[in-house]
Order: sequence, then structure tokens, then C-alpha cells
Amino acid sequence: MAKLEEVCCLQAHEEAAWCVAWNPTGTLLASCGTDKQVRIWAQEGDNWVCKSVLADAHTRTVRSLGWSPCGNYLASASFDATIAIWSKKGGEFECIATLEGHENEAKSVSWSCTGSLLATCSRDKSVWIWEVTDDEEFECASVLSVHTQDVKRVKWHPQKEILASCSYDDTIRMFREDNDDWCCFSTLKSHSSTVWSIAFDKTGSRLASCSDDKTVSIWQEYPPGNEEGIVTMDNDPAWKCVCTIGGYHSRAVYDIDWSHLTNDIVTACGDDTVRVFREECGCDKNQPSFSLVASLRKAHSQDVNSVMWNPAVEGMLASCSDDGTVKIWKLVNDIP
Amino acid sequence: MSGLENANPLVFQRSDDRPVLPEEEDDDIIDKIDDREVFDLIRAINDPEHPLSLEELNVVEESKVKVNDDESSVYIQFTPTIPHCSMATLIGLAIRVKLLRALPARFKVQVEISPGSHASEEAINKQLADKERVAAALENSHLLNVVNQCLEMRPK
Repeated sequence: MAKLEEVCCLQAHEEAAWCVAWNPTGTLLASCGTDKQVRIWAQEGDNWVCKSVLADAHTRTVRSLGWSPCGNYLASASFDATIAIWSKKGGEFECIATLEGHENEAKSVSWSCTGSLLATCSRDKSVWIWEVTDDEEFECASVLSVHTQDVKRVKWHPQKEILASCSYDDTIRMFREDNDDWCCFSTLKSHSSTVWSIAFDKTGSRLASCSDDKTVSIWQEYPPGNEEGIVTMDNDPAWKCVCTIGGYHSRAVYDIDWSHLTNDIVTACGDDTVRVFREECGCDKNQPSFSLVASLRKAHSQDVNSVMWNPAVEGMLASCSDDGTVKIWKLVNDIP
Repeated sequence: MSGLENANPLVFQRSDDRPVLPEEEDDDIIDKIDDREVFDLIRAINDPEHPLSLEELNVVEESKVKVNDDESSVYIQFTPTIPHCSMATLIGLAIRVKLLRALPARFKVQVEISPGSHASEEAINKQLADKERVAAALENSHLLNVVNQCLEMRPK
């Protein structure tokens, strides 16, 4: 077994903390919450300290955050239906744009790998794709109304312009560009309740999803002409659930992240626990098994809402909770 | 004349107040939160359309409140007065909010409709279990006002 050691505990927000997000170099951690604020944290000596407080852009809960791949922009999605774009110039953050269009609570935001596209989603059931122009303008490229309910999360593929979204309608959808517009090319169904979050692995050929049904699903991409003989349509890949991780989480699983450094999967759960899963050695890719390698009960004193691996430091991760704290952890392997 | 969905609901007797036991006044004894204590918190909630409490309408019952203090869990089933009651979500929300405010933050509260008592049972249960939707709903000042009215204390 491995062990999660607490690096620090930050009294980050007055009320619930909803999301944590590392910048691409893993040097800054952003957090947000019910107090309508975004906070930026950085290491100073042995301590993590608050470097900036981004207030005044949102009038309601800030639900989630996303850094651009260059690390110069941070986007925040709020229950006030808007997305704020923050530009980091020097050490300061300035709100340079407010994206309006969603009818009600915006829930998630994600930048594509090149930084030229931004995706957002909302309780209004839609997913919006925005083009980012060279002069920091954001133009709506597509409004995708495919989900039948509240869209909880959007996440871009790590290398391609493929977008995944998950919803209160229990499904995950995959989108790609098609003749100047965007279309849904795959619907992933296995969960029996709300899919709260999704995460691609490093290669983008696998996706992990977590749900209100207390399980995690692992999805494998099968490209056209795959040797397994999985049927594909219209030259698009097929996505198939190859593993369901059940029996570990005792409440809804609110967030999941797949480390691109170690390949470990971390989950945030409504039972106050942070868990780390690892694929067992020598698995058939079509039937992988995952085992629990670390589990920390009472990681927070209330629901854990968000988790993210540090993209640059192996085994380091951040989590946040309804208890208002943000914690940074280090996964220590090989405890005898 | 009345715009009420259920103009003449059955009215039930209120249960008596719980007598205070000597050990409850002894600060040296750890007093766990139990079913009756949580029931006492929710039974006086006002019905959104009648000048009656949820207890008087039999919407909440002590036997449908399950508390486990050691596991910090509360599970409540409530019974709308009619199977198409449009107020069911609001009643469930009022119960959740009452307990959110009254119980220690460690408690996980699950509020569901008594099986078979409402046409949209599954949809309402899912909505009440979605913490993000509940959090967003409580930022809506109009809705929060209505919830607060349900939670206002009325003279006995």
C-alpha cells in the first residue's frame, strides 16, 4: 500500500471550496468556492501562501476553474451564468473578458491543448465552444444541445481537438469538429446516475469517469479498423467501458483525475475520503483491473469536491472540500 | 375558489414534546443525536400551502427518520399529501435546509420521498440528492425566501 501524507492545509475559503486547479507548470494552485472568490496559492520556502485573491468578477458561487496550456490565462465558471477570463501579467491577475450566453449556472470550463478553443457547460443543458482569437477575444463557435440535462463537466482530449462532457443525464458525450460545426460522435453509457467528472489519461485513448452511483468507469478508445474487431461508425473511434471500479466509495464520487506522470487515478468522494487507484501490472488493455493503493478517510471533515494531480511533481496532489479547506498531499509509495 | 392542490388535507395530532431526562442535563454524559431529536427539528416546518406543520399533515413521521450519530448520517423519508403535489421538491428542500442549519456540519443528510407516494419520486429524489443543484437553488433569493417561510417559527 501507499500512503497520502499531508503537505499542508490551507484555510482557503469562508464557505465550501468547490474546485482546485494547478497551472501547467505545477507552481501555482488556484481554488474557488461559495464565497465568490478565486485564490491563487504558491510555495514560499516550506509554506504555501495565498498570492492573489480574485474577487469582484462573479456575483455567485465560483464553481470551477481551468488554466490555459500556456499558463497565462485562468478561466472561472460561476453559478452567475458567466465565465471570467483572467490574464496573468507579471504576478498580477486581471479580468480581461466575461463570457455571457449560458442561461443559468455555468459549471465547468476547459481549454483545448493548443489554447485556441475553450469549452463551457451549464445547467441549461448546453455545451459551448469558444474560439480564442490572437487579440484575446472569445467568439462562440458552437452551441451543442445534446445532453438532456444539466451538464456537469467538460474536458478536452490531451492532444486532439476532441471534447468530452458528462451530465446529470447519466451519460458522457464526445464531440469533434465537422465541416465548420461541431458534432457529437459518441455517447458513453454505463453509469446509473449523474456523471460528475471525467479525466483522460496521458495518451487520450482512455477516459475515467466518476458518478453519483458510487462507481468509477474506465473507457477505452477503439479506432476504426481496431484489431479487437470493435464496431466503429463513420470513421470515428468507438469508446467502450472496459472496467468498473465499485465497492470502494460509500457516497457520490465528485471528481477524478488521471496522473499524466504516474498513471495513478485519484478520486474525491462525498464520504470525505481521497482514494488512489492503480492499474494492475500485465493487464490486457481490453480487460484491465485497478486496485486501491491508498485511501485516506477523513482527508477533509466534509465532502471532498475536487482533486487534481500536480502536473509537474510526481505524486503530489491537491484537494478541496465543503469544509472550506484546500489540502496538498504527497503520495508515498511502498509502505511495508 | 381555493387554488390549493389539496384543499382539505387530513390533519393529524401533534406528538407531545419530549420530556427532558436528567441525564440530558448532565454535561458529563455524551448526548448523541438521535431520531427523535432530528424529528423535533423538522416536525414544526410549515407546509408551503396550509397553515399546518409537516407533522400535522403526516408528511414527516418519527418512524421515517433514521439517525446514526457514529456514522454522521441522517436519512429521512417524507410523504407528500397527494401523489402529484407540486410542492414536494420545495418540502424536501426545506427539510434539507433546516438540517443544514441545525446539525453539525459533519452530518450527511439524505432526504427522499417515501416509496410509492409521489408520481415523480425518482426525479425528485435525484434533484434533492444533487448538492450542486441544492447549493445553486439556495443562492436564488426568491426560492430562499419561500424556504425561509417554511422554516419560520409559528406560535404553538
